[in-house]
Amino acid sequence: MPLLELKEVNKNFGGLKAVSQVSFELNGGEILGIIGPNGAGKTTLFNVITGFLKPDSGEVWFNGEKTVGLKPHQVCKKGMVRTFQLVKPFIELTVLENVVVAALNRAKTIKEAREKALRTIELVGLKEKTNTLSSGLTLGHRKRLELARTLATEPKLLLLDEVMAGLTPTEVDELIRLLKEVNHRGVTILLIEHVMRGLMALSRRVVVLNYGQKIAEGVPGEVVKNRQVIEAYLGEEFAGAQG
Amino acid sequence: MDLNLILQLTTSGFLLGGVYSLIALGLSLIFGVMKIINFAHGAMLVWGMYIAFTLMNWTGIDPFFSFAVSAACLFVLGYIVQRTVVNRIMTFHESMQVIAMVGVMMVLENMAQLIWGPDPHSPHTKYSLSTIWLGSIMIDTPRLLAFLLAFLIAAAVFVFLKYTDIGKSIRASADNRTGALIVGTNVNRVYAVCFGVGAACVGAAGSLLVPLMPVSPHTGFPFKLTSFAIVILGGMGSLPGAMVGGLMIGVAESLGTVFIPSSLKQVISFGIMVLILLLRPKGLFGGKG
Amino acid sequence: MKIIYSFLSILLLILLLLPNFVSDYILGIFVLIFFYAYMGQSWNVLTGYAGPISLGHSLYLGIGAYISTKLAMDLGLTPWIGMWIGGLGAALVGLAIGFLGFRFGLKGVYFVLLTIAFGEIGRLTVLHLKPLGHMMGLFVDFKPGLANFHFRGNLPYYYIALGFVVFSLIVVRALEVSKWGRYFVALREDEDAAESLGVNVFKYKMIAIGISSFMTALGGTFYANYIFYLHPTSVMSMWVSIEIIMRPIIGGLGTPFGPLIGSLLLTPLSEIARSYFTKAGLEGIHIVIYGLLLIAAVLFFPGGIFAFIKKILKPILRESKQM
Repeated sequence: MPLLELKEVNKNFGGLKAVSQVSFELNGGEILGIIGPNGAGKTTLFNVITGFLKPDSGEVWFNGEKTVGLKPHQVCKKGMVRTFQLVKPFIELTVLENVVVAALNRAKTIKEAREKALRTIELVGLKEKTNTLSSGLTLGHRKRLELARTLATEPKLLLLDEVMAGLTPTEVDELIRLLKEVNHRGVTILLIEHVMRGLMALSRRVVVLNYGQKIAEGVPGEVVKNRQVIEAYLGEEFAGAQG
Repeated sequence: MDLNLILQLTTSGFLLGGVYSLIALGLSLIFGVMKIINFAHGAMLVWGMYIAFTLMNWTGIDPFFSFAVSAACLFVLGYIVQRTVVNRIMTFHESMQVIAMVGVMMVLENMAQLIWGPDPHSPHTKYSLSTIWLGSIMIDTPRLLAFLLAFLIAAAVFVFLKYTDIGKSIRASADNRTGALIVGTNVNRVYAVCFGVGAACVGAAGSLLVPLMPVSPHTGFPFKLTSFAIVILGGMGSLPGAMVGGLMIGVAESLGTVFIPSSLKQVISFGIMVLILLLRPKGLFGGKG
Repeated sequence: MKIIYSFLSILLLILLLLPNFVSDYILGIFVLIFFYAYMGQSWNVLTGYAGPISLGHSLYLGIGAYISTKLAMDLGLTPWIGMWIGGLGAALVGLAIGFLGFRFGLKGVYFVLLTIAFGEIGRLTVLHLKPLGHMMGLFVDFKPGLANFHFRGNLPYYYIALGFVVFSLIVVRALEVSKWGRYFVALREDEDAAESLGVNVFKYKMIAIGISSFMTALGGTFYANYIFYLHPTSVMSMWVSIEIIMRPIIGGLGTPFGPLIGSLLLTPLSEIARSYFTKAGLEGIHIVIYGLLLIAAVLFFPGGIFAFIKKILKPILRESKQM
């Protein structure tokens, strides 16, 4: 049984088909990438999976349960948690306080949550910033904080929305290592990523979206040679000239 | 139920609704462009009323002519308020914006009390008590005049927004704040003029109310709350919505007095406001919720 | 932390002994300082900690005041019990408003307008209810005695109001260190992020408005039995709501001591202004000053005076920690 399964999911905004008939499966322990040009419906798909938006039709199965209709906080309790493309730290709280809120998802007491938060902060390499206000963090550190918060909820599945955008190459490398470590510890990962190096390094399999539809699926190295994919990214003329 | 009474109430509510529309137009314009609720709107109405009232006492100029003076003064006041306060809180958290605007309201409302005193004044114009009969319906002449002038002024505002450069910029920034920024219009000036025009609308409306009701420092408060209801009904930031919403609330409040005491008529506007907030927060006319 | 607690103990001791050294008039001002600090703290729980902005808290004050007063007048129930019933009544109304607002996803100014609308509906309704005194208002018969909550002089009120303040500080401190309080702050900072991390935003907003309206109503009972006269205009108008929110904003929104600090500054100021300027025929000038202070607070001290004091004290506290 796959950990996450989408069956013909549709989501329209007015006349616009943001997500159209999208189906795919994600197995436990896997890292799956979602790519596609801007406006292809990737973030909308995340919003549908995590309960921020209700699909017009279709089914989302997680861990053997239907999750359509659940609120995001219920989805989180089930073990599915996402990051936001534009990071959303609790600005007036310190790094530790930020992560404690997330750790309370499973922890019984504040003390337990605090301990878990400290471990998670150390894992993502923010130990020195533990008591810094999150408003004072650089973008790279904010992204780590975002990651630390999601990890502190103890997810089975992590949905990452462009966590590498805006980072320096060194930071990207560190993040890749970190995500591999996280995956190694048993967390399944679904990631939207424009930073190809990061995507290639992490995922064995990618799904390509364009205009809300799944146009390809497969091993990253092969998918990028797919004619439809090249068209989607570079326009038809370019693909024609190549072919 | 007495059909004649219904017609009578509908007419008088509709006519007062015209002034409501003008008040709400100013509020909606400001909100549409700056996403700020002008809590000082009622106080500005009172300033408009007092300016017209004072002019009438000093020079005998009729409020139905001096509305232009009120509008001009309020334009300046609005411009200053925008430059000194509103412009600095544009990027602040909403709670801070609300609080600052409440501060502006307190200052303006009580300044009016300091300048003109706490007691209400009831000015008398020649036509105060004159009426026109339309069949069996009695129409107060001042109400009718106020209605007509309110719509003329509103029309002038629409023309201003449609045909002048600065008016076009205001509309552009209402549609898309950043878009107008990129085009390179002087955004600060556009905002200040917009706030000024919004204030001028309510200032002129204040003038038009002088022949209809007593002037006191706290007259504006219920009007402000009613105009909140209108703007919610018509859609925050929607100008046609403000006009139609004003008429609708005017009629609804007036007809409501068949069932409840007239001092409770505001409950009707608030009831409508609550319903719209819950069921259609973008308002009847779309707007930019 | 230790230094703060010892400082607070000393402060409390001073306040407990204060009545021995000052006149009844000064005590009266302190009663108001404590009353507004308490009311501000009650509002602070909702708006300062959890986020939704209410400009209709006078409604809960009014409900608390009227319920306990009517129970005392008509059924002879002591306000000491009536105040809790009033609190429950207000909490029910608060939860109803919260349910509508939060279930339908009203945020920011839209929620503000909803609270204003309900506040005004409440005021206008009470104004037209005969059993609540109609337009004349409700006069509370003065029957001195502990059970009746009626006292001669300010001294008993001073200690009761101080008790209210201490109670509210304990509540807020308990919230701050609890899961509830942490969730409140998280959803104030970013609802979507909080929701995605497993915080049931609706539930915790409801808890916040429930606590806040309940606490506010308790203060309403105090008000009724201190002023002895209830009129919708004096207890339920939007001005009352503004009075309630002023202190925490000036003192520091979302901080435990903000409401008290704000009240220590503003309440004497408004009392002095009220008595002196009104004599000079300058009625309303204190509200102009209030307004200017509000604007200045937003523009120059967005964190309130508490944040400012904390910044100054920080090096001192750090040194003491190292020692």
